[in-house]
Amino acid sequence: MRIADKELGSRLILGTGKYASFELMRSCHEISGAEMVTVAVRRVNLTDRSKETLLDYIDRDRFMLLPNTAACYTEEEAVRTARLGREAGLSSWVKLEVIGDEKTLFPDTEALVKATRTLVKEGFVVLPYTNDDVVVAKKLEDAGAAAVMPLGAPIGSGLGIQNPNNLLLIREAISVPMIVDAGVGTASDAAVAMELGADGVLMNTAIAEAKDPVKMADAMKRAVFAGRLAFEAGRMPRRLYASASSPIEGVVGSSTIS
Amino acid sequence: MQIRLNGEPHALPDRVTIHALLDTLGVASERVAVEVNRRILTRSEFTVVTVKDGDEVEVVTFVGGG
Repeated sequence: MRIADKELGSRLILGTGKYASFELMRSCHEISGAEMVTVAVRRVNLTDRSKETLLDYIDRDRFMLLPNTAACYTEEEAVRTARLGREAGLSSWVKLEVIGDEKTLFPDTEALVKATRTLVKEGFVVLPYTNDDVVVAKKLEDAGAAAVMPLGAPIGSGLGIQNPNNLLLIREAISVPMIVDAGVGTASDAAVAMELGADGVLMNTAIAEAKDPVKMADAMKRAVFAGRLAFEAGRMPRRLYASASSPIEGVVGSSTIS
Repeated sequence: MQIRLNGEPHALPDRVTIHALLDTLGVASERVAVEVNRRILTRSEFTVVTVKDGDEVEVVTFVGGG
């Protein structure tokens, strides 16, 4: 899929959090076929200078880093974090999060739109994590977002696509890519997101908290592929009543009633 | 002299460059971003900018996240 000036060979974007080990994370990334992974921006731990760090396990020739502004609750915090992320990663892409509620981690959309506008003006390629409200999605696109990333369900909830109709509305209303971000729990959720017309899916917990994360990463790769194919194939219509698949004539023993 | 480093007080014997500070902390400069008194430095400034008493320094890097 194409986002801004970049052509990505995979429609799956993965996170780097919650894995039992960096080694496991790397295996999952590799099998998934993803070409972009998100990272958080945090203070360096100056007391625990363990030798291994996250970046040792991400091949930057293979995976593009997408810094996020997770745990930012204001426009100022998010913009500051985004700027730091750009300087640390030497790339101006950012997954913009401005959180509005600690329990649900739903976005503060008012601050999100403002932060998007600010960062776009500073030359960032902004991918905002948002809710599934088409009005907000349009505002984000108008503010210059390179893609819009509506949630399927709360971050880390694994509830799947809660409001498929809202995602259809967003798909219809915006021209930039729509990437479903948050709430995917298993492979069918990812397939559903793609069948609704999403250009891509971003997930972290669904893989990191699976019992066999590598297997789940493989499943997700296939699910995104299958869902996209099904979308492109154009599904059959839904019907209230049955529509027989086998001919109704010629059944042995049948007779016409005159 | 004393600075505030990542929110904690940190004593330094003398004015040092950011690069030298990162060195003594064992932090690779290619993997971090640094703020001094809320201004984000470019990497090329690390060997030029020095910290003075009372400065607030933030050193951030990438960690796992969704």
